[in-house]
Amino acid sequence: MAEIKAGLKYTKEHEWIKVEGEKGYVGISDYAQNAMGDIVFVELPEVGQDVSAGGDLCVVESVKGANDVYSPASGKITEVNEDLEDSPEKINEDPFGSWIALVELSDLSELDGLMDEEAYRSYCEGLE
Amino acid sequence: MKTPMFQDHVALGGTMVDFGGWELPVHYAPGIKDEHRNVRTKAGLFDVSHMGEFWITGPDAFSFVQSLVSNDISVMCDGQVQYNMMCYPEGGVVDDLLVYKVSNDRFLLVVNASNVDKDFEWVKSHLSGDVKAENASPSTAEVALQGPLAQEILQTIVDVDLSDIGFFFFRENVSVAGVKALVSRTGYTGEDGFEVYVDWEEGSKVWNAIMEAGKTFGILPIGLGARDSLRFEACLPLYGHEIDRDITPLEAGLGFFVKLDSSDFIGSEALRKMKAEGLPRKTVALKMVDKGVPRHGYPVSVDGREVGHVTTGGYSPTLEENIALALVEASSAEVGGKMNVVIRGKDKAAEVVKKPFYRKNYKK
Repeated sequence: MAEIKAGLKYTKEHEWIKVEGEKGYVGISDYAQNAMGDIVFVELPEVGQDVSAGGDLCVVESVKGANDVYSPASGKITEVNEDLEDSPEKINEDPFGSWIALVELSDLSELDGLMDEEAYRSYCEGLE
Repeated sequence: MKTPMFQDHVALGGTMVDFGGWELPVHYAPGIKDEHRNVRTKAGLFDVSHMGEFWITGPDAFSFVQSLVSNDISVMCDGQVQYNMMCYPEGGVVDDLLVYKVSNDRFLLVVNASNVDKDFEWVKSHLSGDVKAENASPSTAEVALQGPLAQEILQTIVDVDLSDIGFFFFRENVSVAGVKALVSRTGYTGEDGFEVYVDWEEGSKVWNAIMEAGKTFGILPIGLGARDSLRFEACLPLYGHEIDRDITPLEAGLGFFVKLDSSDFIGSEALRKMKAEGLPRKTVALKMVDKGVPRHGYPVSVDGREVGHVTTGGYSPTLEENIALALVEASSAEVGGKMNVVIRGKDKAAEVVKKPFYRKNYKK
């Protein structure tokens, strides 16, 4: 069973967002990294780029193929995790510690539509 | 469809996927990268029971097989294996295959799983002379044991001296863990290794016997993912990617296996013409200079002009780099040349390098 971390919000596409005030760190879940397999490249988004809830955030490439990652919420990217450029495998090793982008959220109410830990756990169980 | 080893893959924790109608493991728990490296450094076992096997028998078997395949089979000894291509009259590829010569009146053709039905129709529709063709695919299971420790592992459960079987040779009636098998020193990984053909019902027994024999040598079961990355590093072609109905063996850089001077076969005339006129396209090996992973179908450009596309691309676990094979206009195919792979609309720099990416010294 994939690890699921408390205190985060989750999407059906297996992204997580850790909200701090009006900003949110975004990454992919343990379930997602496990399904993707060995991650070999993260095409980071650009700082300053606008993203929308459910829209493209970036592409994570694994040995198996390219995987689209979507933004859980709308806003502007204020920072990206440049460590992933040289060490993309960190997502496999520590998916919840390896955020991809920090998003300045434009509509906090969007977060209500995301799953909490419990809801995401039963969602993942339903997929297995 | 399930191979006889289906339950073994599930028990080993294989992640099963649909592969052209076959339920096969794409990888096991270690993941594609580790499986890949294990084959390069130790050994790995592949279930390739989905591959197709045709027996061609009869007094005219030799001349019939020669009429079908691109290589010169007259140079083969009994007990030898040869890599070959079956071509369309226009020169494109019906399939690539291994030809096993038992004798002049008995051959085994081993073809790609996805092409079994098409290939057998092709063979049947071209039958000539006193020849019989039998599709033994449903009754034949196959495993491939690959890697530098393959011989040591297999030796512990066979009744022959494996060092007597040279690279691209085979033996019939070998006992593998008590099961009657055809054993060849062949494979699709760029490593030394063996392919073992047994009756369908015996597949699981042989699979488990080899896994058990390999335990102390660090053997791993290997899924389709690493099978692809291994063959790709070694620049071994994959049907539907490097070769196809629309890509000739000459364009794919497989001219060595096409003997236009000594053999007449279906497609030879078109290929002779193509060679005389000069190849319009060539398959090149690319190493990415910029970051990014090239994938099958991505356009390749030079100075903003599209010159071809990636046939296979991905991450190389051995080189730890992103690499690609690309079919491009012949004029831009020089080693050292600069090209761009267009990844999601952006030009990413790549350099043409020598093939193959990975070269192994096979045991002779």
